[in-house]
Amino acid sequence: MNRQAVITPPSVRSAASDGPAARRSGALSRWLYSRPRVRLGALLVLPLAWLGVLYIGSLLLLFATAFWRVDTFTSKVQPAFTLDNFVRLATEPAYQATALRTIGISLAVTLLCAAVALPLGLYMAKVASRRVRTLLAIGIALPLWAGYLVKVYSWRISFTTGGPLDWLLRPFGLDAPGYGTGALVVTLAYLWFPFMAVPVYSALRQIPENLFEASSDLGGRSWATVRHVALPLLKPALIAGSIFTFSLSLGDYIAAQFVGGKTQVIGTVIASNINLNPPLAAAFSMVPLAVVVLYLLAARRSGALKHF
Amino acid sequence: MTATQTRAETTPQETGPGSPAISLQGIVKKFGDFTAVRSLDLDIGRGEFFSLLGPSGSGKTTVLRLIAGFETPSGGSVRLGGRDVTSSPPFDRSVNTVFQDYALFPHMSVFQNVEYGLKLRRLPKAQRRREVEQALETIRLPHVADRLPSQLSGGQRQRVALARALVLKPEVLLLDEPLGALDKQLREQMQIELKEIQRRVGITFVFVTHDQEEALTLSDRVAVFNEGVVEQIGTPEDLYERPATRFVASFLGTTNLIEGALAERLTGRPDLHSVRPEHIRLLPLDRQPAPGTHGVAATVREVVYTGPATRYAVETDDGEVLIALAGNDGPTPAATRGDRVRLEWDRRFTYAV
Repeated sequence: MNRQAVITPPSVRSAASDGPAARRSGALSRWLYSRPRVRLGALLVLPLAWLGVLYIGSLLLLFATAFWRVDTFTSKVQPAFTLDNFVRLATEPAYQATALRTIGISLAVTLLCAAVALPLGLYMAKVASRRVRTLLAIGIALPLWAGYLVKVYSWRISFTTGGPLDWLLRPFGLDAPGYGTGALVVTLAYLWFPFMAVPVYSALRQIPENLFEASSDLGGRSWATVRHVALPLLKPALIAGSIFTFSLSLGDYIAAQFVGGKTQVIGTVIASNINLNPPLAAAFSMVPLAVVVLYLLAARRSGALKHF
Repeated sequence: MTATQTRAETTPQETGPGSPAISLQGIVKKFGDFTAVRSLDLDIGRGEFFSLLGPSGSGKTTVLRLIAGFETPSGGSVRLGGRDVTSSPPFDRSVNTVFQDYALFPHMSVFQNVEYGLKLRRLPKAQRRREVEQALETIRLPHVADRLPSQLSGGQRQRVALARALVLKPEVLLLDEPLGALDKQLREQMQIELKEIQRRVGITFVFVTHDQEEALTLSDRVAVFNEGVVEQIGTPEDLYERPATRFVASFLGTTNLIEGALAERLTGRPDLHSVRPEHIRLLPLDRQPAPGTHGVAATVREVVYTGPATRYAVETDDGEVLIALAGNDGPTPAATRGDRVRLEWDRRFTYAV
């Protein structure tokens, strides 16, 4: 920090601070200046309170609730310490299948996002003119500004029987897939696409043009250049993007209700239990939490989070 | 580098040894409204160290990129060893490039960088290892094989880029201002090294630079570019001693351009003439003119001591300011500010340009 910005030179001080109020605030500044710990505390009290009390606190409460139980007669939640909820989740095939299905859907969404973001990013960063690039960048960011429900609802309309997709596919002798897992993956991929496309695009922009030239100079055709030069350099961006697409998909349940048809995901199970059996819902919400923590640890091992 | 020598002897030459390594015919390159290269004809011989010299924006790098295949000419043809490659992509040309900022792959070790081209050629692993090691030996950096480019110094990166290109044994090596990012001392050392390597591997080097001293030091021949046109092609001596145009005369080293009245008095013609400062002697005003010389009376305006030589700015009685350079080998200084002197130089050093 610039010392002079904090301590006013004596000559200036006497001239500037006429009233007693000014002198008092000068005294406070001086008092604070010699107490770095107090300053640090004042700076961090609000964000720490938000993080500690609201975020971690509520997570801990949720964690505690997972060990409670519901009285079968009164349907009231009773504090206790029981592993029953977890045992139920681990042993009942329906819960297992739901957890695995959700993880599978999240992975599929992530792959789909990456598969679209890569060629689009390559085109934007290396081929497109400045004008087209700007338009596409706006196009990518635009869905972020639209309401969540609007987007999900428009996909619901797209997938409906006799809807636009049906109309588009019928001439080819195909039926629209209708509501189900496929529609859910497409909708989620659409929702979270910006979170993948933006890091991939900005990483591609940062790769110097002459690395691609060097590769082709050394004998690399397009695919070799993408595989050996572009992809390895994009790995951190792909992992960063996938953390968003994966964890957001893991936690979503509204899209599943709108376009998932009969597909149950962790989110819908939690939502339907939240009133009937809060401890079970709490226990089940530990599953995506644990999966995301594992995913983050794996991402950290890969070295992709070095810059955070 | 015995392997390279053997290879050079046994390479079947597609159209015989007579055809030049590179032949550019009627090359035109436009970027939108801007014409970077206008109607260029250029032949570069096998084993030649050829420099493209010019200020930035003169089109020299564009020519290099046209030879490499990163650009396609708007008109004309590019032949490599007699083969028309005008529209071939870079990966189909037996040409490799050392880029200005080296363009080493940051995620690959030095070894992997040098190995890259060999890997794409699907050479067996043992052979790849042998050739990479040999290439790193050539640039005297075998100990950095496992490092990342970010862990190397500028000079080391430059050499690795050289090894990465040379390991593929191209017929032509293109170097795009490869020494530009190095400090003066390292640059001079690398110049000697480059020349040595070129002599050893015996392939054509095409070297882009804006540094006239570098071009003169390294090259067998130099093409001087200005605004998309080649002003002159010749040996360093040709260009320096017998510049063909005003641009060449002033771009290569310092020169005195004389025209009008003074030129007419000295040579009988008022055309533009050039005299290099180091050819001008400062003599006492009363000295008899020596036979076969040009001479003019002048007043010393500035004296600048530069170590091995002293530079004098002198004003002739017609008011023209000339620069004279005198080696600091006699009793110093030859003249001081305000002295009246006679400038004299051999007639053969006055060139019409």
